[in-house]
Amino acid sequence: MTIIVTGILLGGTYALIAMGLTLQYGVARIMNLANGETLVAACFIAFWLFTAYHINPLLGLLVIAPAAFVINGAIYWYLLKPLVDRAKNRGQLEVDSILATFGLLFLLQGIMILAFGGAYFSYTFLAERFMILGSPYGLNRVVAFVAAAVIAVGLYIYLFHTRQGTAVRAVAVDPTSANLVAIDVARTAMIAFALGGALTACGGALLSTFYTFNASMGVVFTMKALIIVIMGGVGDVRGAVIAALVLGIAETAVASLIDPGLTIAATYALFILVLLFRPQGIFGRQQS
Amino acid sequence: MIRRTFLTLAASAAALSLAGAASADTIKIGASAPQSGPLAGGAAMTHWPNVRMWVEEINEAGGLQVGDQQMTIELIEYDDRTSNEEAVRNIQRLATQDQVDFIVTPYSTGINIATAPMIAQYNYPHITTSAATDGVPEFVERWPNSFWLLGTSRQLAMGMVSALERMREAGEIGNRVALVHVADAFGLELMSAGKPALEEAGFEIVYESSYPLGTQDVAPIISAAIAAEPDAFVAFSYPGDTFALTEQAQIQDMQVGAFYTGVGTAFPSFRNRFGDAAEGIMGIGGINIDDERIQDYIDRHQAATGQEPDYWASAYTYAGLQILGQAIEAAGSLDREAVIEQIRTGTFDTVLGEMTLENNANPNVWTTGQWVDGVFRAVSADGLDIAADPVRKEGWD
Repeated sequence: MTIIVTGILLGGTYALIAMGLTLQYGVARIMNLANGETLVAACFIAFWLFTAYHINPLLGLLVIAPAAFVINGAIYWYLLKPLVDRAKNRGQLEVDSILATFGLLFLLQGIMILAFGGAYFSYTFLAERFMILGSPYGLNRVVAFVAAAVIAVGLYIYLFHTRQGTAVRAVAVDPTSANLVAIDVARTAMIAFALGGALTACGGALLSTFYTFNASMGVVFTMKALIIVIMGGVGDVRGAVIAALVLGIAETAVASLIDPGLTIAATYALFILVLLFRPQGIFGRQQS
Repeated sequence: MIRRTFLTLAASAAALSLAGAASADTIKIGASAPQSGPLAGGAAMTHWPNVRMWVEEINEAGGLQVGDQQMTIELIEYDDRTSNEEAVRNIQRLATQDQVDFIVTPYSTGINIATAPMIAQYNYPHITTSAATDGVPEFVERWPNSFWLLGTSRQLAMGMVSALERMREAGEIGNRVALVHVADAFGLELMSAGKPALEEAGFEIVYESSYPLGTQDVAPIISAAIAAEPDAFVAFSYPGDTFALTEQAQIQDMQVGAFYTGVGTAFPSFRNRFGDAAEGIMGIGGINIDDERIQDYIDRHQAATGQEPDYWASAYTYAGLQILGQAIEAAGSLDREAVIEQIRTGTFDTVLGEMTLENNANPNVWTTGQWVDGVFRAVSADGLDIAADPVRKEGWD
């Protein structure tokens, strides 16, 4: 039982890491390798707000999310949109965006190292015992899971029950067709990219309550997010959440029942299995 | 025209000799260590502050006395991005392009071993201060220019076993030990020394596992360890997992009389993060804070760098630099072979006390420390005085 609860909590953590990237990759078609850096930057801001001004990270979200939205929107409009306009096909855009965001990764990492140094940072927030069904869990992880759930539901409502959100999904399916039905694709892509950045930043702020982080850790999160996004089907937030939960439970099960040393092997084994039997991901659509 | 050419030649010769004389007043020292990558955090804590502080202090005092000249130090820093390949390239660049006179040791066991051949090729003195490995005798034979100050993994593991043994003899803990380690060179080496030593000392290993480098989700490991009902929990871990394991043990209220974690336990940020819950936690390292040289070093470090040093490899890193400086002065020249000979045979006055190396290694090391009243004091050592015997960990609140 503890395995399932721990696994679900871990899945919530992973969902926070991956939801942003699935929007950025699926809708804006940008393989944002600097996604992890946005997450780590949010960790640092949350840390700074908490230690210098004693602002609760949950309240800090009210500052971090909009800031990340604006900054990511600006990054898309000024750095990445020229690539989109220039690309003759999707493959070229992917290559261009990978190269561009790879450089962005080092730029952001360098800025953070300059600002904070390479040292490890962590702080204690809600590191108390929270009992679920008789077993103790970290309250900070439970809160992060609840926040992830709230964000996921909010995102679902936005994407499936509002006009804007439906436009976002339309662009994810086919930008050309979306253009034909009078959707401003460029603006929608920008909003999706900015929203993805804001989600990742929320994830970072919440994760900073129980992870030890330093300026160089972004790549680790990007890699994890990438696996979850591809497993869940690119562009579909439901897929990302399901994949995150599956991964969380699988990892915890392997760590508890087999060997903690095999967690990474289990993650990639699952990834390979999904790619073998359903290459488009759990919720992805078949390439036509 | 011939006279003009002659005058020009004479003038430039004079200018060149003056310029030559000016640059001969500085000693070029190169330093390659992580400023990004997985070990950037450790290097920012333990390595870079000491390097910069040492150079600053020497230069403020006018420089090193080399023969009949006072020479200041020019420090050239490179980031090796925690990559062995990058580190080796940096050493090559320092030796051939920057043509440095000496090289500061790289940081971490893995990178020191990886760069040792290249450093030996150029015959720079290589005083390692952050490498804990059992290969020291073999490395010294292969690279006679290398010196190893931090001790071997066996010494560190034995320090932990000795601390647990003393606690068991005093009746503070029982026989059952849960043992985990990070699946990296450091963790594996300590494990291969520590596990047989624990078994030989009569301890029963009730839970054993390893986890990948970088793991921070360790709830399953702690749950399984608690289920095995250990008296002592030992983890050969790196900073990220050290913090994660400790937090999980606190949340799941692991009831053990002895709790030991690896690298990172000796960082001041560990005590700052866990506060009272850190009381009684043991880890690798420890220094004798009652020694006034150490206290003076800690004050100077805080003043010069704005941060506390850690309670393990920081002091060794600084001591290694002190040895380099004193060896250069003793040799009276920048000749690398002469300096190496001085390091091999001399006695040095360092923050760790008077140090004489035996077979290129420092035999006297503090191996295990324990947080008591906000201070990480030495409870196990080889050839040095400890501050006190280890005490039992009483809960997490």
